[in-house]
Amino acid sequence: MTGLTTPHPYPGKLIIVEGIDGSGKSTQIALLHRWLLAQGHKVFFTEWNSSALVRRSLRRGKKKDLLTPTTFSVLHAVDFADRLTFKIIPPLKAGMTVLADRYVYTAFGRDVARGVDNEWVRALYSFAPKPDLAMYFRVPIEVSLQRILSGRTKLKYHEAGMDLGLSREPAESFRLFQSRVLVIYDELVREFGLDVIDATADISQQQQQVRQLAAGVLGLEGRTPRARRG
Amino acid sequence: MHDADKAFYGNGLPYLNINPLRGSLIVIEGTDGVGRSTQIEQLTRWLEVQGYGVVNTGWTRSPLLAETINEAKAGHELNVTTFSLLYAADFADRLENQIIPALRAGFIVVADRYMYTAFARNAVMGADREWTRQLFGFAVVPDLVIYLKIDVKHLVPRVLESKGMDYWESGMHLKLGSDIFDSFRRYQARILREYERMTDEFDFVTVDAQQPVDAIQQDLRATIGRYLAGESMPPRQRLATVRAKRPPRRVAPRRRR
Repeated sequence: MTGLTTPHPYPGKLIIVEGIDGSGKSTQIALLHRWLLAQGHKVFFTEWNSSALVRRSLRRGKKKDLLTPTTFSVLHAVDFADRLTFKIIPPLKAGMTVLADRYVYTAFGRDVARGVDNEWVRALYSFAPKPDLAMYFRVPIEVSLQRILSGRTKLKYHEAGMDLGLSREPAESFRLFQSRVLVIYDELVREFGLDVIDATADISQQQQQVRQLAAGVLGLEGRTPRARRG
Repeated sequence: MHDADKAFYGNGLPYLNINPLRGSLIVIEGTDGVGRSTQIEQLTRWLEVQGYGVVNTGWTRSPLLAETINEAKAGHELNVTTFSLLYAADFADRLENQIIPALRAGFIVVADRYMYTAFARNAVMGADREWTRQLFGFAVVPDLVIYLKIDVKHLVPRVLESKGMDYWESGMHLKLGSDIFDSFRRYQARILREYERMTDEFDFVTVDAQQPVDAIQQDLRATIGRYLAGESMPPRQRLATVRAKRPPRRVAPRRRR
């Protein structure tokens, strides 16, 4: 019954990026966004966990440490369902391109690493449409941790899996928790056919690959990304 | 009482070992305005007089989500998926933070509504029945589910006599018509049909709620008394899950069943 295995019926295109914090995926999708806009493309951008609907509950839950792996998971699904209805589906119906920073695979990785049931979380998100392009930014744990510790990204409580009590030291907790997530991501690559990008490469090298993949999906093959740059 | 182990309805909470849960989970189900809260109040007193520790739990009263749900209902256009998920989050919060700890401590938990309310409402709103059931796969199967059965004809005066017809309980969000009275009857008829469908699926013990309040209470006490004496069988409830084609390796520790 999952929508994630069959193409969606909308005229627009859905392009998503996945990866752990510090993988550089947000930088890459921002650069893709710029390029598409410069091409005169109609683009809508959306981020994981950004709807106003559950913000209060999540903030309250995080502050008071009320969240269990299951409520954490379902609240993110509420956020996703809300954004899907109001932010993602309408532009897809209008033939626009939707760029999403993180998608349901984030839940499949993080929530399962946090202990929820694998099949349950897939059923939870079975209403999600299959992306036209899903790119996974693979990065070794030490590289992402270095990027985070050097201040490019902030080490967040739940991203570090601090709620699981793996370690009292945030960096060590991040290493332990996100290593679990990385193992699951590799399984998701096989299960859902995600396109893997080597996130240790140069930013511009990665972006070239990202633009090529996006161009293929959006029917922009004639305009090679390299020629358009600069 | 009864020493039967508790079970999860579906795939459950792999990170939580629920046994042993010494308490009992008794669910009182029934549609809006059937008189559940009055009955539960009296039942609670009756059980406490007998020396049982009782914890009451309701529907949408979790500290985590109460405000969000109220806000969402007040202003936000909710589609059926978002609506279903919000209630599932609320239920999960109460289950893990209230119901399971109380059961572990040996209380009788009397639940005013349980997942069956979501099953009925979501189905009427058009959600996939199987999806809703999978969503609630983490629920603990109750020891006893009592369904307060009433028809629309008897329900209408009972609701009008007490608090009147409200927007949601009349199904006005389903846009069945602009008249609240007609909408209430049509919406509640659909809800009652869903409860009927579930009676066998979940082994509900049906109590005739068209009787006077005192007679309903007597039936409830008799049913619960039989359960406490170990004379009634626990309901058989188990979600038939479709196993994933290729089960990915589990990284988190998982309880063996």
